[in-house]
Amino acid sequence: MAQLPRSELEMIAVFGPHLAHAQGQRLEAGVEPDRLVKTHCCFCGQQCGIQLKVKDNTVIGFEPWYDFPFNQGMLCPKGVKRYLQGAHPDRLLTALERDPASSGGFRPIGYDAAIQRVAGEIGRIQAQYGNSAFGILSGASLTTEKTYLMGKFARMCLKTPYIDYNGRLCMVSAGAANKKSFGIDRAANAWDDMLHTDVIWISGANVAECAPITTSYVWRARENGAKIIVVDPRITPIARTCDLYLPIKPGRDIALFNGILHLMIKHDWLDHEFINNHTVGFEAVAEHVADWTPKRTAEVTGIAEKGIQQAAEWWGTAKTSFMTHARGIEHHTHGVQNVLGAISLVLASGRIGRPNCGYATITGQANGQGGREHGQKCDQLPGWRDLANPEHRQHIANIWDMPVEEMPQPGVDAYEIFRKIETGEIKGLLSLCFNPKVSLPDSDYVSAMLDKLEFYTSIDFFLNDSARHADIVLPGSLQEEDEGTVTQAEGRVIKINQAIECPGEARQDWRIIQDIAQALGRSKGFTFDGPRAIFEELRRASKGGVADYSGISYEKIEAQNGVFWPCPSDDHPGTPRLFEPNSWNPVAKGAGPFYFPDGKARFNVAPYTPPAEDVDAEYPLMLTTGRVISHFLSGTQTRRIGPLVDQYAEPRIELHPQLAMRLNIQEGDWVTAQTRRGEITLRAQVVRTIRPDTIFVPYHWAGQKSINRLTIAAQDPISKIPEYKVCAVRLIKASQAPAYASQLEPQQ
Amino acid sequence: MPEAQYEFFIDPSRCIGCQSCVQACSECDTHKGQAMIHLEFVNRHYSTQTAPVVCMHCDSPTCAEVCPADAIKKTPDGVVQTARKPRCIACNNCVLACPFGVPKMNSGAELMMKCDMCYDRTSIGKAPMCASVCPSGALYYGTREQIEAQRPRSMPINQFQFGQQTISTKVHMMVPRTAQPEHIDVLSAMHDHTSGHDIFLMMHDE
Repeated sequence: MAQLPRSELEMIAVFGPHLAHAQGQRLEAGVEPDRLVKTHCCFCGQQCGIQLKVKDNTVIGFEPWYDFPFNQGMLCPKGVKRYLQGAHPDRLLTALERDPASSGGFRPIGYDAAIQRVAGEIGRIQAQYGNSAFGILSGASLTTEKTYLMGKFARMCLKTPYIDYNGRLCMVSAGAANKKSFGIDRAANAWDDMLHTDVIWISGANVAECAPITTSYVWRARENGAKIIVVDPRITPIARTCDLYLPIKPGRDIALFNGILHLMIKHDWLDHEFINNHTVGFEAVAEHVADWTPKRTAEVTGIAEKGIQQAAEWWGTAKTSFMTHARGIEHHTHGVQNVLGAISLVLASGRIGRPNCGYATITGQANGQGGREHGQKCDQLPGWRDLANPEHRQHIANIWDMPVEEMPQPGVDAYEIFRKIETGEIKGLLSLCFNPKVSLPDSDYVSAMLDKLEFYTSIDFFLNDSARHADIVLPGSLQEEDEGTVTQAEGRVIKINQAIECPGEARQDWRIIQDIAQALGRSKGFTFDGPRAIFEELRRASKGGVADYSGISYEKIEAQNGVFWPCPSDDHPGTPRLFEPNSWNPVAKGAGPFYFPDGKARFNVAPYTPPAEDVDAEYPLMLTTGRVISHFLSGTQTRRIGPLVDQYAEPRIELHPQLAMRLNIQEGDWVTAQTRRGEITLRAQVVRTIRPDTIFVPYHWAGQKSINRLTIAAQDPISKIPEYKVCAVRLIKASQAPAYASQLEPQQ
Repeated sequence: MPEAQYEFFIDPSRCIGCQSCVQACSECDTHKGQAMIHLEFVNRHYSTQTAPVVCMHCDSPTCAEVCPADAIKKTPDGVVQTARKPRCIACNNCVLACPFGVPKMNSGAELMMKCDMCYDRTSIGKAPMCASVCPSGALYYGTREQIEAQRPRSMPINQFQFGQQTISTKVHMMVPRTAQPEHIDVLSAMHDHTSGHDIFLMMHDE
């Protein structure tokens, strides 16, 4: 395909994003709902319990769900206003076909015709160029049932190796490091273990804005006497009242962790019994950190030596502790190394696997945990099995009733899929729950690759920014229009309940995938009558794997308010805390609590390397990116919800007054940020809550307001996560307002 | 449990500025679509500190005392309500007089509106919307025993001094247990050559 069918402005005029505000029954007082549906928020990885008020097949509001244990009625503003995504003027009610003659660049077509066209193009491309010429991009906001189905669709129906998902942009560095250290990738604890701990260490996690309800756990712990250490280039709201704030230079986290371990060893703040009996590899790590003196650590991290000493003492001498981190240390070309460094502090302290001692990455997406377990990753099969492992392949081939030799070998990560479009290996693409044009780095390249495809189809409920490049758009379902499970940040499997029916010709995503399979004449294995049937197969497929769901049922989830995996049998209650002494797992088989044959955790040497693109005379500042509280991911949903846009309308460039003074920039001025990939002009927000050598821009916006047009596509060699959190940038005061300022509404 | 045992507590030190309270306030049935709660950055240039303000529900509400139309009423259980529509003359006296800056003038409706502690909810035993959703516990609705057990480092106060006026409120503010409520007098903060007494008020230096 070539370019967009119409100009961006013309497409926005028809398909939005437009804003929805409460009106009609949603605004009237005293409207009695037909029913309250207990379910969960559609946004972040915490998956707060919420009750949706349903009237006339529309969600008209919410009522807190006080009894759900994780959030006890609490919600962030996204959860409060999430109901406005339904019955939205931008909602896709039919399939669409690219048509430059139509005003928005698309014309409606019948659902069946659209499915036939998609199947026809898949068939044509695969017949002409081979099975691997068609790729799939999937997402971690889908239910686990859908993610399972997407993996199966790629391997069994399309027989393509090329499927990956947007969790690649999320926590894969943590996942890879967890597997290297513990042999399993899941938060080691429920958050309850934070409440009575001595020290909570938060590295690179804007808890208050990205995992807001976790704030209540941190504050409750503080009230019980916990010391809070926050490591971040910005004084985020959680950092404002912490006990120790370490303003780290972006991309230097491993240096800090090495420096802390150095001091723990120097002062013998170590649990020798735990290190000797339950770990391997400590000596090599100890030798490696010998050079990381406080002086050197301070020079590299940009943190005052006093702060490093204080953090080491509090962490080193604590009796209990909880280490937590998020994308701030994971979005790096050495993201895996950063996480390994954090884990070394946990293992050296011996504080894991018992009450009030914990470790976790804070997963970002709705199903960030479940979405990375059951086979939509490029190298993975259900139950966290390995696509390259012959035994694992055979197990799943048996479940799926397919010849194992027909199952493709591992493919490539999500970004590499675009590089394969460039080289011509991939000619066709289907995407679901992924908006790569906004969420991938160096995104002008991503747009160009979407245009290079012979055929692109996107399944979504709104015309997202990437779908504007599609040939066929299939109208998918909102979270409240389907049921299924997700696994939230703590590892708790919970149940999403259907509140309303899909409107118009929109269909539940799993139906659309099965309809394509049927139209291809390859319906074997794709005749499920609903999510429950998919979940039953998933249970069998995961049995005996590391992520064992075989003992989880919809009924058990409801009865227990969630079930923590692993849950290997019907009478098993689930596992809120991993690595307890004498616990059994299918890898160690009783040899020890960790998921290796000897049951021991692994220390890993984590050498420091600077970011892929360090500052220089030409680009003297660091650019870092992240979220704001009222928006989510690429903004496809939240940029359509009026009150959330009112709360934070457009991206701004955060910079320190020292830098602003040097560049003659005042609060509210238009400023241009430039990197080697591109430039962006936004208004300045001058605040003393950020390092003077760093600027911050949130990433939820598209087009001329998209900061990912500037970020670097450099990736971690192990996890393949992109380095969103640091690249070199320069800043200049803009001579005039950008053209978009008078053409676009804030959310567009 | 009798609803009188439930009380409202504000702890600004916990506030993360997320605006959940603001968004949820506009879902309240008595003023749907409009938020009555105030959430302000103290000074975003310097800090991410924010402060949420709900109506403090004074024992002797200044807003009612200054109302020339006698439009502002208090329920028997101590909740100060939005002005009565037939009486309110939209004079703004209450907006100007409230020591906490709570009432808002709805110019379209020519009516003073304010937080009524989600009377539609609290009067039937449900928690107010803002305190239900608040992710940080900056707004809390519960019993005295609960707050004391959960927050050993702080204590609730409900007496405030504004010039010569002492105000007691139904809503409590959480303050550090170690701090005593102090009323600052300009004289005590002035430099005095004879005593060598020199006190600086904590002010931002830029």
